[in-house]
Amino acid sequence: MTRTLRLDGVDRSFGDRQVLRNVSFEVTAGRMTGFVGANGAGKTTTMRIILGVLAPDAGEVSWGGTALTRQDRRRFGYMPEERGLYPKMTTREQVTYLGRLHGLDAAAARRSTDALLDRVGLGERGNDLLETLSLGNQQRAQIAAALVHDPEVLVLDEPFSGLDPLAVETVVAVLRERAAAGAPVLFSSHQLDVVERLCDDLVIIGDGVIRAAGSRQQLRDSYTTPRFELVVEHDAGWVRDHPGVTVVELDGARVVFDLPAGTDEQPVLQAALARGPVRAFRPISPSLTEIFREVTQ
Amino acid sequence: MNVTQATRLVAEREIRVKLRDRTFLFGTLFFLLIAAAGTILPPLFAGGPSTVAVTESLAAPLRTAGLEVRVVPDDQAAEQAVRDDDVDAAVVAGPAVLAMDEAPNDVVNALSNQPGIRLLDPDAVDPVVAFLVPFVFAFVFFLTSQTFGVQIAQSVIEEKQTRIVEILVAAVPVRALLAGKVVAGAVLAFAQIALIAVVAVIGLQIGDSGGLLTLLAPAIGWFVPFFLIGFVLLAAMWAAAGALANRQEDIAAVSTPVQLAVMLPFFAVIFLNDNDTAMRVLSYLPFSSPTAMPLRLFTGDAAGWEPIVSLVVLLLTAGAFVLAGARVYEGSLLRTNGRTSLRTAWRERETIG
Repeated sequence: MTRTLRLDGVDRSFGDRQVLRNVSFEVTAGRMTGFVGANGAGKTTTMRIILGVLAPDAGEVSWGGTALTRQDRRRFGYMPEERGLYPKMTTREQVTYLGRLHGLDAAAARRSTDALLDRVGLGERGNDLLETLSLGNQQRAQIAAALVHDPEVLVLDEPFSGLDPLAVETVVAVLRERAAAGAPVLFSSHQLDVVERLCDDLVIIGDGVIRAAGSRQQLRDSYTTPRFELVVEHDAGWVRDHPGVTVVELDGARVVFDLPAGTDEQPVLQAALARGPVRAFRPISPSLTEIFREVTQ
Repeated sequence: MNVTQATRLVAEREIRVKLRDRTFLFGTLFFLLIAAAGTILPPLFAGGPSTVAVTESLAAPLRTAGLEVRVVPDDQAAEQAVRDDDVDAAVVAGPAVLAMDEAPNDVVNALSNQPGIRLLDPDAVDPVVAFLVPFVFAFVFFLTSQTFGVQIAQSVIEEKQTRIVEILVAAVPVRALLAGKVVAGAVLAFAQIALIAVVAVIGLQIGDSGGLLTLLAPAIGWFVPFFLIGFVLLAAMWAAAGALANRQEDIAAVSTPVQLAVMLPFFAVIFLNDNDTAMRVLSYLPFSSPTAMPLRLFTGDAAGWEPIVSLVVLLLTAGAFVLAGARVYEGSLLRTNGRTSLRTAWRERETIG
């Protein structure tokens, strides 16, 4: 049975400022779910509520159909937005400690720590005090800290911010492994290009309200009007006068246009062919940035 | 994993980190040296029997008393020997004792015909000891709770400042974090004191002041439970104070009330220890009872039931403060934007528990 992490009608206020309103979405096992939103949209608050660091005012978080308990959460891996480990402890020691706090016995925690430090490229620096590591290496240590207990669910708040490109690739590879092994992975980011490249599913939040949620393709299909590119032999200016067409961009023989949702695009192609050769005709998928702009407006 | 196991893990980490801290290790070593020096050296400095210059005719009783006798030809030579600082004293015809500024008791006693002495209250305490013991008790409690309390607060702030607290809170109950720190502090403080006490006892044996030990034993026996519970009471306050702060720099500001709770009883016990009424009151007040009650037991002023009542009062207070401290701790641990006011921390608990 695939287990799903599910939020149902979560509300949360700080003082008289309501930061989450009826937040509901799902994170499916084995998929990477990107969580995007502007700064202050409620991403971090949502993640803290999933981890039990904050209590919701209303609503519920469930895992595999039952309400989350502390025991469940101990099997979660969490990387908070604001990073930090003990500066005066060695990486190996504190990753082992966090493994034990998450319920591993001493031997298992040591084994897992050794394997993970090698995996993220810190094997040789494991016995150095954390404060002596470079920022990039501290980030790698943080990833190891989130994964040491082989979590069932991963919740990562901005896991890529502050990482050098090499470290990003390492982290991406590790997260994909976990997803492939059947863990739901929820990660937030405001770098939309990274999210676009990585995620299978997407949750978009704006002002504490979930604006859109679903697979990447579903969102593309449902949140933008159909858009097409047409390249003809000569001037494409006539497209403007075709019924239903809204021209987005016109550059001599090349035109980009929108059609109202549900309109057949083939008549435009036939009209073009009737006028002469057609070099290209294709639907354009909107980028995540465009979807994001549309749903959060 | 339950709260107890989590508490143990947290405490283990605190202790392990502390045992590698040079400041802590050197501090302990320093106290051990003081304890050794304070118990071994005074009897040594007290020196052996006095040297006394005397003519042969008067030497006999002095020799019998075990003094170091130097025979001189006449009284003038004896006086000169004292002036030259060759001897501590001289005995001249009369007999009279000559000394530079203080008559040595052993010489005087050797020549006196003492009346028989029967002590009616043989446990009565030497006035010097009676002055020193309260000071030592109060000082040990003051210094230890202060040192380890500050360390508990610093450890809380470190976790807040580095933000690791968010990972910790997601993994273990907040009260396990708090309990682990208090337990670790108590274990370390107690171990340090026990070590110092062992060194002091050995020192007293070496210095041959073992009698004092018999006198102190009951007071120390009561000091242990009072100390432990009093320490937990203060540790809970320190942890809560640490959670209110956001940076190590804030620690002075947030801990003022705690500092006062440690300092005022300390001075009260030091200055009022010969005022019976004041001491009776102090021995029941939770913050001063850990030092005041063992003292009253030491001086024999307290009845047998009194420490028990005082201990119960202390225990109840400590319990209340631990609960209140935990609430403040939970309410402020995750507020990382500046200092948290006590009121906000009290009202709003954040975590699920």
